[in-house]
Amino acid sequence: MSRLYPFHGGLKTVRHKTESNQWPIQQAALPRWLTVPLRQHIGAIAKPLVQAGDRVLKGQMIGQADGYISAAVHAPTSGVVAAVETRPVPHPSGLPDLCVVIDSDGEECWIEHEPVDYRALHPSELRNVLRNAGIVGLGGAAFPSAVKLNLSGQCEHLDTLILNGAECEPWITCDDRLMRERATGIVAGLQVMTCLLEPREVLIGIEDDKPEAIAAMAEACAGTGYQVRPIPTRYPSGSVKQLVKLLTGKETPVEGLPVDVGVQCFNAATAYTVHRAIDHGEPVISRVVTVTGHVSQPGNFEALLGTSFADLVEQCGGYREGVERLIMGGPMMGFALHSDEVPLTKAANCILAASAAELTPAQPVMPCIRCGACVDVCPADLLPQQLYWHARAKEFDKAQDYHLFSCIECGCCSAVCPSHIPLVQYYRYAKNEIWAQEKEKQKAELARQRHQARLERLEREKQEREAKLRQKAPAKTIKAAEASEAGIKLDIEAAVAHAKPHPPSSISSRAEEGESITDYSARTPALPVAEGGNQEPEPLSSKQDA
Amino acid sequence: MIAAIVVLSVMAGVSGLLLGFAAVRFKVEGDPIVDKIDAILPQTQCGQCGYPGCRPYAEAIAAGEADINQCPPGGENGVTALADLLGRDPKPLNAEHGAVKPKMVAVIDEQNCIGCTLCIQACPVDAILGAAKHMHTVIASECTGCELCIAPCPVDCIDMIPVAQTITTWKWTYPAVTAKAAA
Ligand code: SF4
Ligand code: SF4
Ligand code: SF4
Ligand code: SF4
Repeated sequence: MSRLYPFHGGLKTVRHKTESNQWPIQQAALPRWLTVPLRQHIGAIAKPLVQAGDRVLKGQMIGQADGYISAAVHAPTSGVVAAVETRPVPHPSGLPDLCVVIDSDGEECWIEHEPVDYRALHPSELRNVLRNAGIVGLGGAAFPSAVKLNLSGQCEHLDTLILNGAECEPWITCDDRLMRERATGIVAGLQVMTCLLEPREVLIGIEDDKPEAIAAMAEACAGTGYQVRPIPTRYPSGSVKQLVKLLTGKETPVEGLPVDVGVQCFNAATAYTVHRAIDHGEPVISRVVTVTGHVSQPGNFEALLGTSFADLVEQCGGYREGVERLIMGGPMMGFALHSDEVPLTKAANCILAASAAELTPAQPVMPCIRCGACVDVCPADLLPQQLYWHARAKEFDKAQDYHLFSCIECGCCSAVCPSHIPLVQYYRYAKNEIWAQEKEKQKAELARQRHQARLERLEREKQEREAKLRQKAPAKTIKAAEASEAGIKLDIEAAVAHAKPHPPSSISSRAEEGESITDYSARTPALPVAEGGNQEPEPLSSKQDA
Repeated sequence: MIAAIVVLSVMAGVSGLLLGFAAVRFKVEGDPIVDKIDAILPQTQCGQCGYPGCRPYAEAIAAGEADINQCPPGGENGVTALADLLGRDPKPLNAEHGAVKPKMVAVIDEQNCIGCTLCIQACPVDAILGAAKHMHTVIASECTGCELCIAPCPVDCIDMIPVAQTITTWKWTYPAVTAKAAA
């Protein structure tokens, strides 16, 4: 019955689960300051609903979902908003992003909230409840769950709902502990999802190195018909397309999503937040995070979003000697942080303090010898050496011909490459370049249209003027009009001539003026729309620019 | 044999007529090669190429009047793309037309703007809003950074500032690979 369909490639990694999974989830201390990023999800940044000086209650919405693919953000505790400004956030760039900083009052005073009778709600109302509770995928991708819980237009009928409890990254154990300790909550959340998606079957995939979690989940599922499926411990079984293949035998199309083949997949921790939102009326304000590696006492913490990583490391007894790098996520798919003064976000499943022992030593990079080792391990069935070849040569079209965007950046290929080529770095670079070029193209197209519209407008105005003058007849004035037309032309030419040599003085950098740019564009939508239409005001993102 | 020749000639004649008719009847408006060149150009409309906008430059390239390396905003990538399209050899940018600069956006100092509307008249993409004698403002997301509004401003209240990098515009860089050492 429970047949498995192994995916191609993958790796047996050295496991470091026992470092952190031997103790129950601990409640992290309430910090004085909480820095809550308004972008903790894929999609548009949430619109801030509060400003400095406002008093907020625990669970109060402080950022509203902006558009379909976006998620709400809530105050993790009660207190006073100290600032709404850009602060460093956990991101590979180390760049800051807009955050709400809360000075907590220590009272943990909740906003009014109550359980939701989800069976009485219309599906779209129920999705709205979840959307307003800020629920996103907690496995690391942080995709807004309400979007995935809406099948209309995506798939007629769902065959399989998969709960992802694989947790294949070698160091992470937060889902393991959550499944052991709060299995009934997870299953309750799964029931809400089932109610929305009405799948034919519900499968729960858990790697077989977590026997306690498997037992706990099986017990909680008794009587529900949900099936717990232990799967072999093989990285990256927790990656969506691979897990779908493993459990159902279905191949997700190259540029497609599992829903295209009638499967939808959610992380175990996400199901738990659905349960909190429905059965307790609580939005997502905390998560369980693994703090492990070179810290005194690794473990799992249930911490409020916005708690700084430094705080959490402190609660593990601090760093041990020899930490070289702080990584968010696992060593395979995570990224290095620039500082530990960044806040916990919904996507942060693991903080790994890595010493030299955990890092693969930087080895000199050698040329590709076309050994094919990378092909053998690639779980996405790609030809990594071809991707590398084209990405390195910046031949992005050809890289896409080899399905660059099917690469899940799992790092298996880099891990086995005997020439120590940082393959994944090339793929990330190539993907980013392609996206940037795409964006630039769109921007150029917009500029082209606006320029065209302007030329047409000028032409129309000119003709109208001429027509008017002709009506009034005297030939003299027409001449005069032509003369002034020529004058305008001269002006334009003068401007064009000016554009070539630029006096450096006119390009003084005035970063401090950034504030006023924000004001302009924030006000733009209210201002009369310039001809040429197609306004695309981005007040929030330009606020970032400031 | 003769019948076959006759049939084939008649067929050839008919198709020739058809093709000729089609060529006249379904003539494509505009010049496709100009469109293709124009699609590669960055549409900054700054005039640094020596033409009053990207489209005129595209037309000049198509007519063989201009070289492919005269557009600084397009950078080396732009020249390479043009070379690919036209089957020519890529070449470095012609320094006479200016150098590649980081992306900029115009900002009007509201305190000093006298509302003369001269910048509005200069802006090729209508990115400036304002009415006569009222403070003007630049729509940052529409500004191409062409700098054409700088010169006409009589009170010198427009500045170009670099577009700041944000989380949404940040990119992974090309891997800095340690030079291979003898193993
Ligand atoms: S594993 Fe490395 S050396 Fe071997 S084919 Fe792949 S990229 Fe080349
Ligand atoms: S990182 Fe991409 S190319 Fe490399 S093994 Fe993983 S999926 Fe394949
Ligand atoms: S130099 Fe300026 S006007 Fe000329 S093609 Fe390039 S962007 Fe367009
Ligand atoms: S605002 Fe100035 S710099 Fe920006 S597009 Fe208009 S004229 Fe060019």
